[in-house]
Amino acid sequence: MSSEDKHQRQERIRNFAIIAHIDHGKSTLADRILEHTKTVSERDLQEQTLDAMDLERERGITIKLNSAQLKYEAADGEEYTFHLIDTPGHVDFSYEVSRSLAACEGALLIVDASQGIEAQTLANVFLALEHDLEIIPVINKIDLPSAEPERIKKEIEDVIGLDTSETILASAKDGTGTEEILEHIVKRVPAPQGNVNEPLEALIFDSLYDSYRGVIAYVRIVQGTIKKGEKIRMMQTEKEFEVSEVGVFKPNPVSADELSVGDVGFITASIKNVGDSRVGDTVTHANAPAPAPLPGYQRMKPMVFCGVYPVDPNQYTGLRDALERLELNDSSLEFEAEVSQALGFGFRCGFLGLLHMEIIQERIEREYGIELITTAPSVIYNVYLNDGEVIEIHNPSNMPDQQQVMAVEEPFVKANVMVPNDFVGPVMEICQAKRGEFQDMKYLDENRVNIVYDLPLTEIVYDFFDQLKSNTRGYASFDYELMGYKESKLVKMDILLNGEQVDALSVIVHRDMAYYRGKAIVEKLKELIPRQQFEVPVQASIGNKVIARSTIKAIRKNVLSKCYGGDVSRKRKLLEKQKEGKRRMKNVGKVEVPQEAFMSVLQMDANKEDS
Amino acid sequence: MARSLYIHIPFCSYICYYCDFNKFFIENQPVDAYIDALEQELTWRFAGETAPLETIYIGGGTPSAVTTAQLGRILQAVHVKTPGVSPGAEFTVEMNPDDADDDKLHTLFNHGVNRLSIGVQTFDDKLIQKIGRGHTASDAKNAVHRAKAFNFSNISIDLMLGLPEQTMSSWHDTLQTAAALDVSHISAYALKIEEKTRFYNWWRAGKLPTVTEDEAADMYEAMERVLADAGFHQYEISNFAKDGQASRHNQVYWHNESYVAAGAGAHGYLQGARYENIQPVPHYISAIENGELPERQRHQLSRREQMEEEMFLGLRMNEGMPLVRFEQKYGETVADAFPGALEELTAKGWLTVENGWVALTEEGRLLGNEVFVRFLENENKF
Repeated sequence: MSSEDKHQRQERIRNFAIIAHIDHGKSTLADRILEHTKTVSERDLQEQTLDAMDLERERGITIKLNSAQLKYEAADGEEYTFHLIDTPGHVDFSYEVSRSLAACEGALLIVDASQGIEAQTLANVFLALEHDLEIIPVINKIDLPSAEPERIKKEIEDVIGLDTSETILASAKDGTGTEEILEHIVKRVPAPQGNVNEPLEALIFDSLYDSYRGVIAYVRIVQGTIKKGEKIRMMQTEKEFEVSEVGVFKPNPVSADELSVGDVGFITASIKNVGDSRVGDTVTHANAPAPAPLPGYQRMKPMVFCGVYPVDPNQYTGLRDALERLELNDSSLEFEAEVSQALGFGFRCGFLGLLHMEIIQERIEREYGIELITTAPSVIYNVYLNDGEVIEIHNPSNMPDQQQVMAVEEPFVKANVMVPNDFVGPVMEICQAKRGEFQDMKYLDENRVNIVYDLPLTEIVYDFFDQLKSNTRGYASFDYELMGYKESKLVKMDILLNGEQVDALSVIVHRDMAYYRGKAIVEKLKELIPRQQFEVPVQASIGNKVIARSTIKAIRKNVLSKCYGGDVSRKRKLLEKQKEGKRRMKNVGKVEVPQEAFMSVLQMDANKEDS
Repeated sequence: MARSLYIHIPFCSYICYYCDFNKFFIENQPVDAYIDALEQELTWRFAGETAPLETIYIGGGTPSAVTTAQLGRILQAVHVKTPGVSPGAEFTVEMNPDDADDDKLHTLFNHGVNRLSIGVQTFDDKLIQKIGRGHTASDAKNAVHRAKAFNFSNISIDLMLGLPEQTMSSWHDTLQTAAALDVSHISAYALKIEEKTRFYNWWRAGKLPTVTEDEAADMYEAMERVLADAGFHQYEISNFAKDGQASRHNQVYWHNESYVAAGAGAHGYLQGARYENIQPVPHYISAIENGELPERQRHQLSRREQMEEEMFLGLRMNEGMPLVRFEQKYGETVADAFPGALEELTAKGWLTVENGWVALTEEGRLLGNEVFVRFLENENKF
């Protein structure tokens, strides 16, 4: 292909993302587009084609990015090449969202015709605007009786400040508007800039590990071209490789001769670890490198940590293997070996957020068949010691003695909560109770309000979202971004079972809430830990001072009395269930403690509502 | 071959709120067709057998809920569709107090039934209502008196402890009333809330005022005292008898011996295999009409499983079990089969080993399950 042909082709490339809140129909719309452009035959179209992991399909969310190349013959008679880049919708993955947006020139903003804009959508739209993307508003689900497209248009104008005169009304369910969307992409999304003759600059916006090909790096070519056999360099990690394959997603990976300016596709180069091809890094040629990497690279840093232990100590090696395999695929996962007196050998793992943590835990249990005990999640605290040293703590049990500590800082986030105005009161109450500092409140329309609070990340890690949902009947949507560290009156609270401190149960709490939390934890433990052969005191203490106490009474009765008409199998099953229950417990000193107890700090508030 | 027989009659004229046995409201049920099927099952199960039965137990459900004629057919079947009833056999039928009319008692007596098990549960009228039973405390007392008048000398009553809202004083009254009735046997079961019962649904909804573990334990201990004072001898975790009147049939279970079972949802144990019959009545009947044994499942116990069951059944007896019996049956000592278990449980104060017998201690009896699980293998097979 000559340089001129390449330029012609570049003129007919359109790269776009889809921004939407969960359930607003992003995946269904993506399916309609794949179908309409005959990228995927109807027969092969599994619901939600782009969400490939089982977990994604079950939860209806996107975790790993995907992309697809589509050919579209437009009304002007020309054939265009579209690259649709799917973005994860969750706040935990906002850096990945920002990188995938950086690979596009335009974005479809999907808003539900009755529910309107939600907090996560808003955060992502603003990200897209920062990247100068052309935004095409699409109001989806207009087939629903409750649809109010005019109100939603007004909301989009008011809240985001977009011109909505060319808003598309669509129903991804029945296909209404699909054709119109594709035409708007052709007309409104700019063709990629860049020059095929410049040195290679390719932005990595995702990568995954394949056991046959090694790392598959998802790239957008910003300048130049790339072919099989070329020597490449990762500009941040400075690692060099030889390209073994380039290709595009249709949406399954298909080899290509070359990727050129504007293309979105993949590169493989016998890369053994996703850590060597980090999201946000720039790929260039080793012998003719670009002068500078593309802007915006950040090393993704875990924000939430927890201890992960196998229920069966013999599975420790298996757990390590599982974490190593997952790390190949997920450069934001961190782990290091740790030993707990209570739980034995395990790992302290770092995650981008709570959802990320849940997903990793679920994948370990499901894909590797290892039952886990996890401790309550913690954030990173900056601890200033009296001797001038500053240390980072992400395991409460490593917190130095109170006497050595001068000050403790904790991470704060700016949280946006969008909610119908009936729920403003409850939302503010929760934020207040979670040590929030009120910042702002704005009416989005007559009915909906955006409330902005600064909140400690720890509180969000506890049960903020659950409380928010249950106190607003699910209407609140919520998003946050990290702001930085602030000093707080934080102390370590220990839990003692039968007089022995249990390291895995220690938590860091705000001094003003210590009594209340301590009381709640000891009560919860009393409920979760079965009665033992002897009486077990449960205490919460700060330093040497006990601040709350409960007692698990000695067991008195556990025997099946009924004869069940000679149904011995039933007796056996009941006994085996009890035996299995015992097997899954951890011996802490002489006390048998069930798995759930180690997460009890998290469950206490939810429980309070039940009672 | 087994010399014990259990027959299940899955019909009831009311459904108690705690009951999860295989039972159906009797109205519109094909009782006669059921008895036809039952006769056929007995014929098949005892084909080629010659040894007469030593213990028979007809339970339910409510065997007394059927008509007198139907009851007669069932009893007749026991005599003619099996190798017969041995002259010294124990022949028990369960009945509800409100069914104990002269006709039925007469029919029972005439067919050689010599032991009645009457479902009393409690003598507290308010509680009887709250557990969904359709009789009164005075019905229960009258039933016992009438049974005695028909010369039934071996009468057992069933009681329940730990019922919702049951107080210690109500339980005490029930025990005293039971003792004063001068029956020969008492079975007392602690309430267990089972799935698929009204109680379970109320309990899940937080609407069942259950007693605490401590209250139930107190009631159990009170029962042991009161019944001992009244001359009852406790021979099993839930069973008390006056001299020589311990249930022979139930001891077949505890001694891990074989028994035939017939009827919908019945459980039998033959040649080391535990089997369970189909539960729904129409399916049970149609299986038999199609010429098939109406079994839902059958599990051949491994030697290991037999040893485990030998322990957790045998230890339920107050006298415990002779270690030598185990060794004779399995060619291996308890200590070898369950290394460390006897020492460990003795050290905890839950077991005693004396004169070649191993038995639960008083404390161990209330914590039976804690002891029994020690005799199960680690792997969960279910």
